[in-house]
Amino acid sequence: MSGMTGTKTKGAESRAGRGLRLLRSGAVHLAYLLGLPAALLALWWVLAARSTNFYYPTLDEILAAFAETWFSERIVDDVLPSLGRLAAGYLGAAVIGIGLGVLLGTRPRIRALLEPVLEFFRAVPPPVLIPVLMLVAGIGDTMKIVVIISGALWPVLLNTVEGVRAIDEVLSDTARCYGLTGTARLRRLVLPGASPQIVAGLRQALSISIILMVISEMFASSSGLGFTVVQFQRSFAIPEMWSGILLLGLLGFALSLLFALFESRVLGWYRGLRQSQRGEK
Amino acid sequence: MTGTKAAAPATEYSAGALAVRGVRKVYQGSGRTVEAVRDLTFTVGAGDLACIVGPSGAGKTTLLKCVAGLLAPTSGEVRLGDARVQGPPPGMAVVFQEYGRSLFPWMTVGANVELPLKQKKIGKAERAALVAQALDSVGLQDAPAAYPWQLSGGMQQRVAIARAIAYEPKVLLMDEPFAAVDAQTRAELEDLTRSLWRKLGMTVLFVTHDIDEAVYLGERVLVLSASPTVVMEDIDVDLPAEREQLTTRALPRFAELRAAVYGHVQRAKTFHSAAAAAGAGDRP
Repeated sequence: MSGMTGTKTKGAESRAGRGLRLLRSGAVHLAYLLGLPAALLALWWVLAARSTNFYYPTLDEILAAFAETWFSERIVDDVLPSLGRLAAGYLGAAVIGIGLGVLLGTRPRIRALLEPVLEFFRAVPPPVLIPVLMLVAGIGDTMKIVVIISGALWPVLLNTVEGVRAIDEVLSDTARCYGLTGTARLRRLVLPGASPQIVAGLRQALSISIILMVISEMFASSSGLGFTVVQFQRSFAIPEMWSGILLLGLLGFALSLLFALFESRVLGWYRGLRQSQRGEK
Repeated sequence: MTGTKAAAPATEYSAGALAVRGVRKVYQGSGRTVEAVRDLTFTVGAGDLACIVGPSGAGKTTLLKCVAGLLAPTSGEVRLGDARVQGPPPGMAVVFQEYGRSLFPWMTVGANVELPLKQKKIGKAERAALVAQALDSVGLQDAPAAYPWQLSGGMQQRVAIARAIAYEPKVLLMDEPFAAVDAQTRAELEDLTRSLWRKLGMTVLFVTHDIDEAVYLGERVLVLSASPTVVMEDIDVDLPAEREQLTTRALPRFAELRAAVYGHVQRAKTFHSAAAAAGAGDRP
């Protein structure tokens, strides 16, 4: 009798144990993810708690300002326009960068022709284009989107060129033997083959896009996150200004998490391949 | 070399026949030209299985790429059936030595085998049947959902073979396909190749540096000279069609053929310098 209950509890225990272990590993994971941010926030809270300096408000004030400032019509008036420009600029840079990169990667002559010009444009810091673009494209969304594209384009373009050029010769021969030409070659060989490098370029482009979104909104703008932060600073609404910076940080963090999700879906095969190669060596 | 276009026997024009005529390939480097292949002329009849052996660096891969239409010969021509090969021809499949680099790592095994069939515009149901059949015939019926890099080297090469036969080629080119797998797997893959050839009846051109493999597999063995390459010897392999690793290799005739090919390959290494010494050729 006691033996039977013994085996029963043992089975139940192992199942519960597995659940517990899973829960524990999840908790450890979460602790790693949020541990340091939580500690830093606590430190901030403690250090700023007794602050009487006008420019360094307490964290309580900032958080109160955060809720008040951003959970309002500003979501529609400022946050969404910013996100819209970011999306348009980022996607524009991705499409142009990948398209041009594939062309330059597959055609050495066009690459030789365009390389000096591209090197020049790459060397121009994009914010410096803002005054010029204001003359050409006005001060509307177009100008801001063009600024984002002009900065975020380069990592995508250069990585795509490298990725396309590095496609394995044997794989390329195989594709030719089996009649993969034109669009089929592009879809089945070139783009997936270059995808590890393309995704690396897209990751860099994302952070550049966020930076340029903010900067472009600081000039001659009437809406957006960059505009709002500058506006708060000029009107000495210091806790609100800090809350804007906090929001930008959170936004960047959320977008990079989303990107990591995208990357793990697109490049799952690549991680597996690399692991198996390392295992063999 | 231009005269080779003249009358050829009519039997050569059947669909799977391969004719290599006066193929020469010179690589132009910066200030340096390398004559990899000098003058290759041979034919492989439809449904034949010919092995090409030669010392390492004999331009075997160059030859195979010319035959596959991946490389344009400097002069001469390759004909498949009655058409001149000017790019990869339909009806020709290639199995490369580097299995790890010839399968698409972002596709599953099934998708790898299916991809060329999609290009051939074969309907979905028929594609599925061909893929299943091909994987079954190489013993990988359980693997279609796996990724190539999850498989062992020998299994990856099986996938490449499955992809080639699912394509239903008239000609199958194999470029040292088993040079990078272990001996046990190699023997299995040799038997697989022969049984598939006998079952499907396509023309097979099998390039190898292994003399035993050439004699065991081939109905014919072509011995190439060292670079710049010419065909030195064309040997008929008169072993029984039914071959088996142990008994066939133990046959006295196998040993004779092996010794003959070995002798030719040894001679191939010094073919040009011997000819030069005799005053009949030019010094490399």
